[in-house]
Formats: sequence, C-alpha cells, structure tokens
Amino acid sequence: MAEKLLEVKDLKVYFEMKKGLAKSLFGKPEILKAVDGVSFTINKGEILSLVGESGSGKTTTAKAILQLVPVTGGSVVFNGEEIVGKSDLTEFRKKAQMIYQDPYQSLNPRQYISDIVGEPLEVNGLVSTLEERDAKIKEALEEASLIPAEDYWFRRPFELSGGQRQRAAIAGSLILKPDLVAADEPVSMLDASIRTGIIDLMLKQRDMKGVAYLFITHDLSLAWLISDKIAIMYLGKIMEIGTAQEIVHESRHPYSKALLDIMPIPGKTLTEKRKILQGETPNASADIKGCKFCGRCPLATEICFEEEPTYKEVSPGHLVYCHKVEEEKTSD
Amino acid sequence: MKLLEVNDLKTYFKTSKGYVRAVDGVTFSLDHGECLGLVGESGCGKTTTALSITRLLPKGGEVKGGQIFLEGVDYATLTDKEIEDHRWEDVSIIFQGAMNAFNPVKKVGWQIAEACIRHKGMTKDEAWKRAGELFELVGIPAERVTQYPHEFSGGMKQRAMIAMALACDPKLIIGDEPTTALDVMIQAQILELLEDLRKKLNMGMILITHDLSILGETCDKIAVMYAGRIAEMGTVDDIFNHPAHPYTKALLACFPNIYSNERTVPEGIPGIPPDLIDPPEGCRFCPRCKCAFEACSKETPEFKEISEGHFVSCHLMGKEENHG
Ligand SMILES: Nc1ncnc2c1ncn2[C@@H]1O[C@H](COP(=O)(O)OP(=O)(O)OP(=O)(O)O)[C@@H](O)[C@H]1O
Ligand SMILES: Nc1ncnc2c1ncn2[C@@H]1O[C@H](COP(=O)(O)OP(=O)(O)OP(=O)(O)O)[C@@H](O)[C@H]1O
Ligand SMILES: [Mg+2]
Ligand SMILES: [Mg+2]
Repeated sequence: MAEKLLEVKDLKVYFEMKKGLAKSLFGKPEILKAVDGVSFTINKGEILSLVGESGSGKTTTAKAILQLVPVTGGSVVFNGEEIVGKSDLTEFRKKAQMIYQDPYQSLNPRQYISDIVGEPLEVNGLVSTLEERDAKIKEALEEASLIPAEDYWFRRPFELSGGQRQRAAIAGSLILKPDLVAADEPVSMLDASIRTGIIDLMLKQRDMKGVAYLFITHDLSLAWLISDKIAIMYLGKIMEIGTAQEIVHESRHPYSKALLDIMPIPGKTLTEKRKILQGETPNASADIKGCKFCGRCPLATEICFEEEPTYKEVSPGHLVYCHKVEEEKTSD
Repeated sequence: MKLLEVNDLKTYFKTSKGYVRAVDGVTFSLDHGECLGLVGESGCGKTTTALSITRLLPKGGEVKGGQIFLEGVDYATLTDKEIEDHRWEDVSIIFQGAMNAFNPVKKVGWQIAEACIRHKGMTKDEAWKRAGELFELVGIPAERVTQYPHEFSGGMKQRAMIAMALACDPKLIIGDEPTTALDVMIQAQILELLEDLRKKLNMGMILITHDLSILGETCDKIAVMYAGRIAEMGTVDDIFNHPAHPYTKALLACFPNIYSNERTVPEGIPGIPPDLIDPPEGCRFCPRCKCAFEACSKETPEFKEISEGHFVSCHLMGKEENHG
C-alpha cells in the first residue's frame, strides 16, 4: 500500500494587485487568483507532474506547498502534519526542497560549489566536524555525477556548464535527504542531450532513497516519460488529473486534448492545419463565473458560462473538471 | 537560381585564447519558398551561421572563408552601404525573445512604421498604413497599431516582431529560436503563421532550434550541426526515418515519443561538445561516438551525398557493411 507523503487540499493563493491611486480609493482591490482550489496527493517515492501554460500557477502552487508564498486558503498535509499556519518549519524545510529552472540565478556566483552544496548542512547544524562535512559534500557531488568531486570543489558556478550547474543545484537540494523535491522546470534550459542525464539523476534518487517529486514542466512528453501522475493546470485550476497514461492516451478534458493535439511529435509531418485553440487566455485577475476554460473551449455551452464544474471521477483517481464529460461518456 | 548558397563558410571569433572556430566549413543551399531547419546542441554554431548570412556578426566575429550567395550575388564583393540595403530587403532575422526587444515607451505600430521609413523611404502616412497591413498579415487587428508593448500578450508581441521582420518584403527570413520561450499553443500559432507567410510570399526560411520535435511539421529539409559543422543534412524523412550519422541517431533518441509504448528514459549523449578553440583532429564527434574507429580521430570525414540530397559527414559511410 502506497504511503501518503503530501496531501494538498483546495489550495488557494490570491495576490492583491496594486492599482492606480484613483482606482484604489474607490471600489475594491483587484484580486489575482494565481492558484484557485488545487488538490492532489503525492505518495512516498512518487512523481507528480504539473503541466500547463505560462501563468497557469504551477510555480505558485509549488511555492505555496513549500510555504514560500503566503497561502490564502486550503491545507497542505506533509507526513501527516498540517503545514499551513505551522509556526516552526525547521523540520519541514529539511524534508521538502526546491530546485529552480535557472540554477545560475539560484546559486551564489561568488561561492565555491562545495560551499553551495554543503551550506544546508551548516545552516541546519547537521555536522560537527569538518571531516564529516567534507565527506557528505563529496558523497553528494559524486551522487550527482560530478566526479571526481575534488575537480569541482573550488569551482564557482560560472565555471560549470549549464548541465553541471543543475547537477550542483540538485546535489545541494538532496544533501539533507529530503522526502519531497519540488523541481520547477529543472531541465527546460538544457539541451536534450544533457537533459536526460539530469532526469536520470533525479530518478535514481527516487529509486534509491524514495524521494518524491513535484515536477513542473510545460513539456507533456517529458511529463509522460517520468511521472506516475500528471495534473493539467489552466488559470490556477487543475483541469484534469490522472496517471501519465490516462492523461496522455485517455484524456477527457477539452483543454488536455487540445494540448495533446498541438504537441509537436518528433518526425511527424502535418497532414492538416494545426488545431489551435481560439482566443487568448484571460488575465488571471479576470472574474470568471463558470468554468475557467469556458472562454476558449470548443465544447462550451450555456451551463459552462454560468456554473463552475465539479471534479468528476471518470475512473479511480482520474478526475476531470468539466461539465461535458458525462455526456461524452454516454455518446462514446 | 538558388535563393541562398552557403559554401564552405568559416566564421571565427577572435578571443584572448585564440580563434573560436564557431562555424568551420558549412555548406548548404536553399530555394525560394523552401524551409531549412538548423538543429544542434547549444554552442554548435547555429546563431553564428545566421549572423554570418545577415552580416550582423558581433565585434570579434569574422568570416574567414567560404562564400555566401544571395540570388547569385556574392556578399563579400559588396560595400557596407550595399550590404545595409540588402540586409533589410533580402534577409530578415527574428531572434529568440525578440518580443522583449520592442521599446516600451513607443507604440508598437510606430516602431514598425519607423523601419519602413528608414529602409523603404516611405512617408509617415504610407508607413503607418503599411504597419496596419503588416499587422493584419500576422493576425493582429490593424487598429491595434497605436497600442504600446505592455498592452500586448507575449504571443502578440512575437507576432508583431514577425510583422517588423516582414516590413521590407524579405526574400529570406531566419527565425533563431523564434518560439523557444513560448507555450505550446502560442508556439503552434507562430509556426502556423510563419508557414502561411512563407507560402503566401514565397519566402525562403531558416528555422533555428534545438528542439527537434518541431522540425518535422515545419521544414522541408533539416541540417544537423555539431561543433561548427553539419553532421548530416537531408529531407525530414531522411533525418527522422533514415538517419545515418551516429550523432543524429543519438540526438533523435533524446526526445521522448508518447506514441512509443515503452517509457524508458533515453540514454542521452555522454560527454560534452569539444572546445572550438582547439577542436579534436578528425571527426569532431569522435570523442563521444559509440561507433568510432581508427580513422575517426585522424581524418576529417568528407561531406558525402549518400542518396539524393542526403548528406552525411561520417567515416562509417564507406564502411556500412561492418556496422549494420
Ligand atoms: N508575487 C506575485 N505577485 C503577483 N502576482 C503573481 C506573483 N507571482 C505570480 N503571480 C501571478 O500568478 C499567476 C501564476 O504565476 P506562476 O508563476 O505560478 O505561473 P507558472 O504556471 O509557473 O508560469 P510559467 O510557466 O511562466 O513559469 C500569474 O498570473 C503571475 O503573473
Ligand atoms: N562573441 C563571441 N565571442 C567569442 N565566442 C563566441 C561569440 N559568440 C559565440 N561564440 C562561440 O561560438 C560558438 C557558437 O556559438 P553560437 O551562438 O553560434 O551557437 P548556437 O548553436 O547558436 O548555440 P545556442 O543554441 O546556445 O544558441 C560557441 O562556442 C560560442 O561560445
Ligand atoms: Mg513557473
Ligand atoms: Mg543560438
């Protein structure tokens, strides 16, 4: 039986937008709903990918789980414990880490790689002797395939390639042996040839140490390759969530289907025009009454503009946020 | 006559450590209305090839050898003034993240109109009108010419940038990672637009990317670059279905395909591309190649046509029997 590591329920993150003085004196402030009711669970050693367009709230979801942005509502239970509102996050911070898209921005350019990787040990007072510290750093570097570790010890971030920098960032995030790593587009800036090495490294940590990942990407084929579950996000909401296979080969939501239709496939030539969704994604501060996707949905009818859909479970664990799924089911 | 012919092009950058041989013997050609995809790892010389063709090389960069013919005209024989005129009328380039290149305090339409005034000698009224037409061409309502960049979404800004690139009716348009930072949906819109325009205006196009997956649906032919040279070039079918160079094969294997049944993480390509100041002897891919043998580290393989229009630079080509 899979053991639950993280349970996110109805998570909301709203940002209050600053407006011009005249506007803010009258009327209420504009609210940007970056994350608007997101729920999912991640079991120990599992990988859940968040996929969705720019601005759909992927990064904000990850940051909210890690308590790096103020949470407006909902709950985050980690290892059986409520994290939202908890005053002492020391233990949680050790067990839940984040990796960013551009390691160059997240790594201090003036520090040596060994100091960057070893910093969490000191911050958390986890080593008592220098030998112990160095041994742990060496192990972390070698696990990240920065071998021999001595070669990288006194280098600074700019003396590494993009792929090596991302390896160093991963080494630093894994040194505290976390249970969960939120990886925010960790390979989007890397070449395909280097990408797979990084993915391989992350998967090894899962296999050997049971690390679970919240993996953020806009590349659906990559999500399919590595994930247990995939959640498709649009405007702060999960449109559909299911196993990688269900989302990619049995998707039910019109938005997931549109993404799959438009996804470039290596070597595929086009026989017809691309099926591009009409219109543009509304601003995240727009007030949408019905379904978040109604404005662009090819199947939308009156009800979609009036009422917000609920999640329908089309098969165990495969949830779809759409008024139309049941109709579709009977017509299948 | 071919629209573009690039012949043994060599472009080097002068640095304190020596010459970086960013492009080191590249040969290809392009017809009117044709699209070539230029693909390869970061640093292999894609942008440098494009900048050599458009004569936009930064300081330190120099064409050291070879020729570039545009409709038969050898660029090296032109004066700087002639090149300046040619550049806008013949060749236009769209850069990655170009959408952020608009001046935030000037109206988008005016920035396009200015280009028309400068390079086509239009009057102000003509130029505004032209900007409106160009907007329509890329699918933005003409009345939006008076808006500022911040009033446009990312995808619209990229479209407007394409409109700007079309201002002088170029015969050749080069997109250097034109969709790399964009969402799949917007990427599809932009690729569709470029394709429509190419057909409508019979423009030649070079699409530079490191994302192989978009090339099948966009290009007629593909050139795979490695360390300053073309490893393999051919039709979309040649490259995807009959790749011959070990590098092409390895690169293709890096892209997951949701229609394959197995979800196994590809191997990737071990090692890193060579230093272009002091590249290895022989084939430049040799140190990372699984099929390398004696000749590979000694002699530069020739760029051989193995079937019509399908070129491969690899010593295995003479020797296939042994390496089925
Ligand atoms: N600190 C903030 N203040 C105000 N708005 C914010 C803040 N952070 C994010 N947003 C807004 O919240 C929405 C979601 O942003 P988020 O960065 O989570 O999206 P994303 O899915 O990660 O996008 P991308 O793929 O571009 O990284 C966007 O509209 C964004 O502009
Ligand atoms: N101004 C410069 N001075 C010195 N070397 C340079 C300069 N510009 C590029 N180079 C080098 O030339 C080589 C080719 O660079 P180029 O930008 O053409 O690669 P690219 O294929 O476009 O890569 P990317 O996918 O990262 O854009 C690289 O090794 C690069 O470091
Ligand atoms: Mg993000
Ligand atoms: Mg480039």
